[in-house]
Amino acid sequence: MRKLSLPLSARDVASLHAGDTVLLSGIVYTARDCAHKRLFELLDADMVLPFSLKGAFIYYAGPCPARAGKACGSCGPTTSARMNGYAPRLLDLGLGGMIGKGEMSEEVRRAIAQHGAVYFAAIGGAGALYGNAVKRSELIAFPELLAEAIYRLEIEDFPLVVAIDGAGNTIYST
Amino acid sequence: MRVLQTKEIELCVYRLARRAGLTLTDGCRAALQAAAREETGAAKFALDAVLENERIARREEMPICQDTGMACVFLEVGQEVRLEGAPLAEAVNEGVRRAYADGNFRMSLCDPLTRVNTKDNTPACIHTDMVPGDAVKITFLPKGFGSENMSRIRMLDPADGVEGILETIVETVKIAGSRPCPPVVAGVGIGGSFDSCAWLAKKALMRETGLAHPRSDVASIEREALARINRLGIGAQGFGGKVTALAVHCELAPTHIAGLPVAVNLQCHCVRCGSEVL
Repeated sequence: MRKLSLPLSARDVASLHAGDTVLLSGIVYTARDCAHKRLFELLDADMVLPFSLKGAFIYYAGPCPARAGKACGSCGPTTSARMNGYAPRLLDLGLGGMIGKGEMSEEVRRAIAQHGAVYFAAIGGAGALYGNAVKRSELIAFPELLAEAIYRLEIEDFPLVVAIDGAGNTIYST
Repeated sequence: MRVLQTKEIELCVYRLARRAGLTLTDGCRAALQAAAREETGAAKFALDAVLENERIARREEMPICQDTGMACVFLEVGQEVRLEGAPLAEAVNEGVRRAYADGNFRMSLCDPLTRVNTKDNTPACIHTDMVPGDAVKITFLPKGFGSENMSRIRMLDPADGVEGILETIVETVKIAGSRPCPPVVAGVGIGGSFDSCAWLAKKALMRETGLAHPRSDVASIEREALARINRLGIGAQGFGGKVTALAVHCELAPTHIAGLPVAVNLQCHCVRCGSEVL
């Protein structure tokens, strides 16, 4: 399977097509419902975000606690559609793409195509597989949100499917 | 009267919860293996990953899915049992609390308005039936919310009949699309009242995956609904394919002459459920 490292170059993005499978490595940031709400509060107040959006990838996930000796606990994707309302503005601000599971809205698809971003689908329910592929984890914002906090993860060979490519093609039929 | 300490119930809930977080049920695993043999492309890739994931989960003692769920606990308490010790609900919650902490499971419950986490994954969702006998059966189903969110209930008219029931089931899976982590199991409640119908749907998910209802007319609804769902083409993770559902399970209860409630409780492809008799 094709190996790919973050951050992605424009050439990388152009070479990815909906339905392709890849093994992705590099840095991603976890954020789900509550973390997105907080990020938007910061944006609305013109405050600095806990990480730079430029070219960054958000992983829609809320991991389990790590057991002793592991970098991360079980860490599969959550349903991306709940973040439909948030993703376009983050893409407008330079977000490189997202990793999650399941279809996203037409508005998100258009924003991805407009900015040459990528939406990767991780396999839902494969939390141990993904958690085991996290080499380092660091809590960088909103510790009070527990599993919903923002973690900076160093991932190695995450098996993913290109769900919406940079041209706006999608693997989902609905 | 047989005396049973509720501490025994706490320990049993603890055991069931720890095991459920790390294991698929035998019926679920068999159904996933069969699905993986049928599919190709991205759907096959997803199903293989899910099966490989269970092996990693056991080896690494990591939960199968990070959504270790809301603890759904079904207690069938023999009426010849006298319970002693901490109140029953407290005993169940203590079992959940300790299992989720010791197992490095995610604490996934929060206040519905403030969204502040309860920090110990309690309270469990507990249903208790009084039954004949002197035993206590405990069934533990950790329920993830990707699929729970896609569940629906409809109050049909009696005239809608079996066709209305089938349409409701198939439509629910269709609307859910890729979001509930297909291939799903559809737990269907038919009849009862608004609330008991939803509980029947949850109870249907506690049946071993793929086991047919003993009543032939009900089993026939299960088969027909499954066939129609698998013609939707949604496939594993919504990647397209022949297997969108692993099974449809229906549970029935008499209802009012004016109504036909149908509840569809969706379960993702990770069926984690276990029971024990004390």
